Amino acid sequence: MSQNSGMKTMLNGIIKENPVFVLLLGMCPTLGTTSSAVNGLGMGLATTFVLISANVVVSLLKNIIPDKVRIPAFIVVIATFVTLVEMVMQAYIPALYDSLGLFIPLIVVNCIVLGRAEAFAAKNTVGKSFFDGLGMGLGFTMALTLLGSVRELLGTGKIFSFTIFPENYGMLLFVLAPGAFIALAYLILIFNKLKKA
Amino acid sequence: MTYILIFISAVFVNNIVLSQFLGVCPFLGVSKKVETALGMAGAVAFVMTIATIFTFIIQKSVLEPLNITYLQTISFILIIAALVQMVEIILKKICPALYQALGVFLRLITTNCAVLGVAIMVIQKDMDLVSSVVFAISTAIGFGLALILFAGIREQLNLLNLPKAMKGIPAALLTAGLLAMAFMGFAGIVK
Repeated sequence: MSQNSGMKTMLNGIIKENPVFVLLLGMCPTLGTTSSAVNGLGMGLATTFVLISANVVVSLLKNIIPDKVRIPAFIVVIATFVTLVEMVMQAYIPALYDSLGLFIPLIVVNCIVLGRAEAFAAKNTVGKSFFDGLGMGLGFTMALTLLGSVRELLGTGKIFSFTIFPENYGMLLFVLAPGAFIALAYLILIFNKLKKA
Repeated sequence: MTYILIFISAVFVNNIVLSQFLGVCPFLGVSKKVETALGMAGAVAFVMTIATIFTFIIQKSVLEPLNITYLQTISFILIIAALVQMVEIILKKICPALYQALGVFLRLITTNCAVLGVAIMVIQKDMDLVSSVVFAISTAIGFGLALILFAGIREQLNLLNLPKAMKGIPAALLTAGLLAMAFMGFAGIVK
């Protein structure tokens, strides 16, 4: 496999098939963990790790796993890596672990991970699957960080905790639940508009 | 009294979809018609309640005594997946009418994060079995309420003449945002 096609597979995940803005997968963590840019980034990176690992392992095992039980087998592979991420985060970055809370074990049921395992890794080589996982993960991370930044900026006037404008001008709504839906709605709107142009 | 509080909190104040963002995928996916929304709500209520009972028992009688709680995520998702399969097979035999109504939705539920979310939440909140069941049922009702309200609005929304880029998901998300805002009005009723 040439360097070029790996790059292409990766870019595909970041822009053309961006999991959040285009495929509309993984909406729960997208909305639930993006109250700040840091949380969005953390969640994105955790999911990226699971995506890459699960993709690689699934594509290694694709000839061994019987076709009929492939979905449960994929879920076990994914759940293993999610547990791994959970334990590592709990040990080394407890603050982020606490603020993401329930959404870390819920990476298991993130449709992106199972979707890529089923649709890509089960049919492609290990190398390609790695780049697909990386691309999808980065696309997801980018989307979450962007949404997190927008919500943090509009809500508290900060991005990554750096003050951009004074906090009293912030609209608290954007940190709360409705703001998540509204901010994502406009981001997808902009993405749609740019895609057509 | 505690059970009533759990009920109100799970249905209105901490609505699973609109304030906790669990189960957003089916919320956006099957909310185009009120009928399908009803089917999905029924299937979720069914599976969520049974799944919570089973995972609770496994957690207390297997994972905790053996000190292997780190296997929680793996075992819970497997239990839910197996349970969904089982419910599907049993329903097909015993009650074909209900199976016809819920069929398609049942299979989608394995990846509904609300089910796994509730199963983990009752463990984290340290509830007993009865409160867990009440919590699961109320959460499912909250999910159904949000889903059906949303489907009702979306049916009307289809008739509007919206800008092209706004159509579909962006409009739906905006509606969900407004709905979430309305549900914020319930905040403070229960701690």
